[in-house]
Amino acid sequence: MSLLLDVRDLCVTYGKVEAVHRVALSVKEGSIVTVIGPNGAGKTTLLAALMGMLHARGSVSYAGKEITRVEPEQRVSRGLCLVPERRELFATMTVEDNLVLGAFHRYRKRDKAITADFEQVYQLFPRLHERRRQLAGTLSGGERQMLALGRALMSRPRLLMLDEPSLGLAPLIVRDIFRVIAGLRETGVSILLVEQNARAALQVADYGYVLETGEIAIEGPSADLASDPRVVESYLGLVAGNTEKAS
Amino acid sequence: MNAQIAIFLVQDGLTNGAIYALLALALVLVFAVTRVIFIPQGEFVTYGALTLASLQLGKLPGTAWLLLAAGIAVTAVELAQALRLGAAERIPGILFKYVIFPAAVMGLAWWAAPLKLALTLQVLLTLIVVVPLGPMVYRLAYQPLANASVLVLLIISVAVHFAMTGLGLVFFGAEGSRTPAFSDAHWNLGVLTVSGQSLWVMGTSLALIVGLFLFFEHTIYGKALRATAINRVGARLVGVSPAMAGKLSFTLAALIGALSGILIAPITTIYYDSGFLVGLKGFVGAIVGGLVSYPIAAAGALLVGLLEAYASFWASAYKEVIVFTLIIPVLIWRSFTTHHIEDEEE
Repeated sequence: MSLLLDVRDLCVTYGKVEAVHRVALSVKEGSIVTVIGPNGAGKTTLLAALMGMLHARGSVSYAGKEITRVEPEQRVSRGLCLVPERRELFATMTVEDNLVLGAFHRYRKRDKAITADFEQVYQLFPRLHERRRQLAGTLSGGERQMLALGRALMSRPRLLMLDEPSLGLAPLIVRDIFRVIAGLRETGVSILLVEQNARAALQVADYGYVLETGEIAIEGPSADLASDPRVVESYLGLVAGNTEKAS
Repeated sequence: MNAQIAIFLVQDGLTNGAIYALLALALVLVFAVTRVIFIPQGEFVTYGALTLASLQLGKLPGTAWLLLAAGIAVTAVELAQALRLGAAERIPGILFKYVIFPAAVMGLAWWAAPLKLALTLQVLLTLIVVVPLGPMVYRLAYQPLANASVLVLLIISVAVHFAMTGLGLVFFGAEGSRTPAFSDAHWNLGVLTVSGQSLWVMGTSLALIVGLFLFFEHTIYGKALRATAINRVGARLVGVSPAMAGKLSFTLAALIGALSGILIAPITTIYYDSGFLVGLKGFVGAIVGGLVSYPIAAAGALLVGLLEAYASFWASAYKEVIVFTLIIPVLIWRSFTTHHIEDEEE
């Protein structure tokens, strides 16, 4: 399998503070890769930089092409898509309009398959179909996350980057969301998943990185990480079967 | 004052109010999408009116030269950016949009001006000359500082306003112009005399407002503009670039401005600096709507038009003072009834 995303020496600074330092990571086509780590480790910054929302130094190549200086809008139309931690929905527009806008770049290219994708998203999240005429701002937390995911899927991503999709959600909904994430891999979407819920993330991912204070501390196949004593101690806790989010 | 005068003033007020309403909507739109308080809106009114007046005299309007010059300036900026980003594939598009298109418009205006075409064709030509200036002004003046604070953007607006007023003086001279009415028809309905021109103004304004509504509700680009206004980050993440949204909203504002100028030119004499006052009255209307609400802005602008009509009857010397004083009670009322929301600067 070829590398879809290959990041080398990525540094992001806020003023004089370096939030991400010389990070190297890669995502193989069709795989799920997770980045776990504590609060303030630079996970969100890393994703924002990969999306082009923050200025970064280093090299990011995507689908074999260097995209370090490509604007976020261009990255979207090349199939890179970020679902941010804050969801960033259009609160005073309807659920359906939010989904329509997810496919914005495809409307520009006069893509004919958009209607079929609506069906697919509604099939994946029947709740969104029920509420399609409702304003996005009136949805519950779980529904908002579904809408954020749905909106991202409407862009037909090749690489979907998810920032804390389980944040603030009830355990049952978290399970649903992770089921959807695992299902997406079957449809050929590659996923870069940033999570604090390390246990759930490592269960679904193929490969994982541990980010600490802006640097990659440990990396390896998920199964190895899940049994690594350092990861177990810091991120998984000692209580078996604990799927709650550590807050 | 008798009933006849009162009704006449209402008609007069609504005619002007309809134009102010259009301008108020444009101001709300531009502010919502780009956070720019678009003071130069009035200059587009002037340019629209005076470009049409030039064409009626069979002269090549100076705005055609301005379009060409602005196009070349935008080309320089865009080419520099394309080279910096290493995006050579954009160059043909840039050349077409900002060199070939303005040159073609210039040629068309040069060819068509002495022919003294039919009024509708002249109106169309005026729009083709003036409207593309909108996105070019955005590209040159605002886009480089698009993330600056509202105050900085306001200061840019003042500068653009002065520059455009000065250019207006250069191109059109200090004399005022008036264009012939679209319609000389008059209808007598009892005590009321309805002029064809005021029906044209109100009808066109209404059509434009309905058009804008349909655009925002039912087209992907209209939705993209709304999305940018609601959540800039979210809009970028779905691929709506702020630059695209800015250019589009300025295009709409320029269209509304130029069309307002064309509508108002047969009613009042327009000088190179008249647009500013017209635009400012639209601004008062937009302030009534808090620069966020389209319907309240439109209603506020109609109120401004009515107030102006009655003020010019009762105390014509204080007409402008009365209209602009309206802003004080409105601001007091708004500051008591709305909760202050912290400006979200990114």
